Amino acid sequence: MSIGHTLLGLLESGPRHGYDLKRAFDEHFGQDRPLHYGQVYSTMSRLLKNGLVEVDGVEAGAGPERKRYAITDAGITDVAQWLARPEKPEPYLQSTLYTKVVLALLTDRDAAELLDTQRAEHLRLMRGLTERKRTGDLADQLICDHALFHLEADLRWLELTAARLDKLAEAVGG
Amino acid sequence: MNPAGSLLEARALHKAYGPTPALDGADFAIHPGEVVAVMGPSGSGKSTLLHCLAGIIRPDSGTVRYGPHALTDLSDARCSALRRSDFGFVFQFGQLVPELTCLENVALPLRLNGTKRKEAERRARDWLTRLEVDDLAAKRPGDVSGGQGQRVAIARALVTTPRVIFADEPTGALDSLNGERVMGLLTEAARDTRAAVVLVTHEARVAAYADREVVVRDGIAREAVGAA
Amino acid sequence: MSTTTSTSGGGLRGWARDLGMGVRFAVGGGREGWIRTLLTALGVGLGVTLLLAASTIPAIQAHRTERRLAATPTEADGPLAPSASTLVVADLRTQFRDRPLTGRMLRPDGPAAPAPPGVAALPKPGEMVLSPALREFLAEPGNALLRQRLPFRDAGTIGPAGLAGPAELKYYLGSATLSTDNGGVRVAGFGAERKSEPLDPQLLMLVIVGCVVLLMPVAIFIATAVRFGGERRDRRLAALRLIGADARMARRTAAGEALFGAVCGVLVGAALFLVGRQFVGGITIWDTNAFPSDLTPNPLLAALIVLVVPLAAVVVTLLALRRVAIEPLGVVRSGAGRRRRLWWRLPFPLGGLALLLANGGTSGAQSVVNPFLIAGGATLFLLGVTLLLPWIVDAVVGLFRGGPVPWQLAVRRLQLSGGAAARAVSGITVAVAGAIALQLLFSAIQGDFMKITGQDSKRAQLEVSLPTHDVATIRKMTREYQRTPGVRGVIAAIDTTASRPGPLRKGEPFIPSTSVTVGDCASLSELAHTGPCKDGDVFIVRDHTGQVDDSYIRQTARPGAAVDFAWPDRTGQPPRPRLWTIPKDARAIESRPDPMGMPSFGLFATPGALDTALLDEPQARAMIKIDPRFPDAVEHARNTAARIDPLTSVHALQNMERDAQYASVRTGLLVASTATLALIAASMLVTMVEQLRERRRLLSVLVAFGTRRATLAWSVLWQTAVPVALGLVLSVAGGAGLGLALLRMAGKSTVDWSVIWPLVAAGSGLVLVVTLLSLPPLWRMMRPDGLRTE
Repeated sequence: MSIGHTLLGLLESGPRHGYDLKRAFDEHFGQDRPLHYGQVYSTMSRLLKNGLVEVDGVEAGAGPERKRYAITDAGITDVAQWLARPEKPEPYLQSTLYTKVVLALLTDRDAAELLDTQRAEHLRLMRGLTERKRTGDLADQLICDHALFHLEADLRWLELTAARLDKLAEAVGG
Repeated sequence: MNPAGSLLEARALHKAYGPTPALDGADFAIHPGEVVAVMGPSGSGKSTLLHCLAGIIRPDSGTVRYGPHALTDLSDARCSALRRSDFGFVFQFGQLVPELTCLENVALPLRLNGTKRKEAERRARDWLTRLEVDDLAAKRPGDVSGGQGQRVAIARALVTTPRVIFADEPTGALDSLNGERVMGLLTEAARDTRAAVVLVTHEARVAAYADREVVVRDGIAREAVGAA
Repeated sequence: MSTTTSTSGGGLRGWARDLGMGVRFAVGGGREGWIRTLLTALGVGLGVTLLLAASTIPAIQAHRTERRLAATPTEADGPLAPSASTLVVADLRTQFRDRPLTGRMLRPDGPAAPAPPGVAALPKPGEMVLSPALREFLAEPGNALLRQRLPFRDAGTIGPAGLAGPAELKYYLGSATLSTDNGGVRVAGFGAERKSEPLDPQLLMLVIVGCVVLLMPVAIFIATAVRFGGERRDRRLAALRLIGADARMARRTAAGEALFGAVCGVLVGAALFLVGRQFVGGITIWDTNAFPSDLTPNPLLAALIVLVVPLAAVVVTLLALRRVAIEPLGVVRSGAGRRRRLWWRLPFPLGGLALLLANGGTSGAQSVVNPFLIAGGATLFLLGVTLLLPWIVDAVVGLFRGGPVPWQLAVRRLQLSGGAAARAVSGITVAVAGAIALQLLFSAIQGDFMKITGQDSKRAQLEVSLPTHDVATIRKMTREYQRTPGVRGVIAAIDTTASRPGPLRKGEPFIPSTSVTVGDCASLSELAHTGPCKDGDVFIVRDHTGQVDDSYIRQTARPGAAVDFAWPDRTGQPPRPRLWTIPKDARAIESRPDPMGMPSFGLFATPGALDTALLDEPQARAMIKIDPRFPDAVEHARNTAARIDPLTSVHALQNMERDAQYASVRTGLLVASTATLALIAASMLVTMVEQLRERRRLLSVLVAFGTRRATLAWSVLWQTAVPVALGLVLSVAGGAGLGLALLRMAGKSTVDWSVIWPLVAAGSGLVLVVTLLSLPPLWRMMRPDGLRTE
């Protein structure tokens, strides 16, 4: 996720202090990982340097956190361009799990058990997310669903691999 | 798995249809108020396990115990009586009687149990309200959507306040949004009434509504590795 | 309606293609498709067999009449002089138990006398030629009494050309003594002109209504058979839609399937008919039977059957699919939403009744039966009853609320698809309504007939003619009857006429006369209330009933007056008087109907009072009392009669034959309606099993719920019972309505309602049978296999 674009986007509705920006970011997107002040400060200086924001005013008492930032026209254009640009889909071609399974097969370890354990772990996480979804608000539900669908995709892969372990063993073992 | 204190428990179930074994020594236990997902690839024997647990079919060998009863030793009539009074069922589709209104469908298990029509329909209406489909009371199943029909089916499964609810792919015919909604309602209602739920599904996201899962593979039920 | 030539286009080519596709479905539909085609073919085949059989009735009648007429002696216009090629014949009518025998006595006048058809050579005196059936009948061990009656030498066989049917009991007896003086008629040969005698209007009415009543259920059955397995077929059609067929094509494909089944049915029916007619010789219905070769379907009717049945299959299928929308993803029945209307149904039965009543009465002598009016009226009425049924089922079932679970399940099902249920039972309605109407009519005509005869079979059981005018012979014959085993008594009386002596008086159109009866006290007491009676008594029996002109009796039979027994002879010459004076002490007494129900009046004399030698051309009658516990007493008496003179006629009192005939009509109708009910039961069963199969999954779900088997069994029972009960109620009402209309036409008012119960019982039996036979499939469908996802 591009923090720079996100902060720019948050500024579009009106000028904010750095502290406000962090709070707004955390509220919408920071459920799992809140933003550090340092990140806000360094990001804003980069945006200032690039002319995407300007300092709208400084409160008395100085200090970097007292600055009020406003978005420039170039900034608005930049946000629009970012939103319009499709994200590159994650190809998921490098998978730790796949590596583990092949290694287990090559070393004559029980790959099925490895898959079962992973499956139980996935499901445990899914149960937790489902529980959070049950008690949370719409934002919670959407975020959890995003994760759940990804986990479900992993699980399907686990099922499929479990069903094809014999063939895979043949292929890698020779 | 902790068989002590379990509500419904199966040991070493074997069941074969012709030469192909559907269950090959499956064990299972569920506690009051627990939601257990039975997972596994299709054809693994999930539904057969559910049918054996509910006393709908008799295993070739092995025992199913429900409270003090050994279901496998009960007569067909006693089993039926037990299913009427203590068990509830939700299936994937085609379970509502098409001629009866939704209200009458929900009232049906109560009426089969001998409850008077007025009282049965009053309680059925309460459950329809609780599942947010009370506006369907006078409609026939053919006139409601899949998700609405499944909610009616859940109301019907719950109306007798059963101690065990058997749900066989209850969201199998629904899109994910409706499926989620139905699962939420089912587990919530089950928790409220302290009913145990045996939930057969092949969908991980549905299974995630359960407290734990059991995987059936090649006719053998396994407790998930590392689960409590 | 469009002239497009797209793939979905109409036109002959489109039709042919879609029908052909249906045929391919019917043939290549796997086991399912074959079973469906087979069911349809069997059902249609049964119906077609019945229709073909019915279409042979005109031919049977014509052939039988032809042969009967060919064997009838040719009537001459005037007296025929004996010649080498003439012969004298006399009819011999007798009966053995309940089998009538037709015999004819023959005496050739010369060597060139012709033989009747089927007979190679005329039998010599004391010989007989007989039909194969009679030879077999005579040989039966229990028929020794008949062998005594026909002790003649078997001189040959009557061939089929001389017999109306193979079961006819017929014989020709050679005689040396038969003459025109002792009962014979001189004829030149055999073969009578066909006289177009109009059928008795009442009988004609019965025949027409009977045909309508028996054939309409067959038509309905065929229509039902065409729809066997319809629901499964609809799903196949849905699959057809999925791959791009439009609704019209799907419909025609369905029609093609039905067409194939119907054509197979016609073939099956033709085969059944051809096989069945080989066995027809052994079947006798209402004294009518036929040679297999007589069973030639009327070519026009047969062609009509062969054409109309398949066409009807197509039309019925298209009509049935009218309310069904075949969508690519399934079949939607739009019937539920639409209410059935009464307004267009009601005119049918009413119109039928109006047509019937428009024909007017059939009881009068000059009454006319318009077959089109009556057949049309009856058909329209019964059709109307069928049309009313779905509306009534809908209306009544719609009223039901609540009730126990099985009842609720059944009623709701009927509420959703009452039309199908009504269709299934509509055949019953027509069959039962028609049967009730016919039986009402039969029983009324029968009751009427009994009233007229008023014969009292408690007092005497047989009446015999004594073919002689000689008093001594009469006495001898009476004694012969008295000596016959099983005869308890003979009421014999000699009858003649007496007139007042002297010329006509002023104002008299003719000379007053009275009947005279001579008999012993026992016999006279059967004819009048004689009171104390001894030989030598004379009575004057007056009529207070107004049946005869009492004044003639008063003017002729006066105590102390003279009467003349002389009878003017054929020449018209005044006869020599045979005068007798009535004793002064002759008592006036009241008449009493004799066992035949006929009253006697006039002079009654015991043999001691009146010298029978005075009587001119006396006639005698005898009524015989037999011991009911004596086996075959009637046959013994008939044997005596035959021994006295083969030409003696013996008449059984008490309408024995007519009672039997009525019973056979009633039984025949009951059998026919029961057969119809059985056909309908079969189609209901097929529908029910199909419906259960359709609901296999639902049944399994209900079992999972813990639903008792009994609950579902009861629901099946109610589901059958409710429409059948409604159908029966409607048919009783309709049958009574039609019956009363027919009765009104026949001018009858007595109604025998007891005819209804056997039919109602049969209907209830049907419900039970269908339910019982549905149970094994029901148990099978209730297995949890249905829960397994497909």
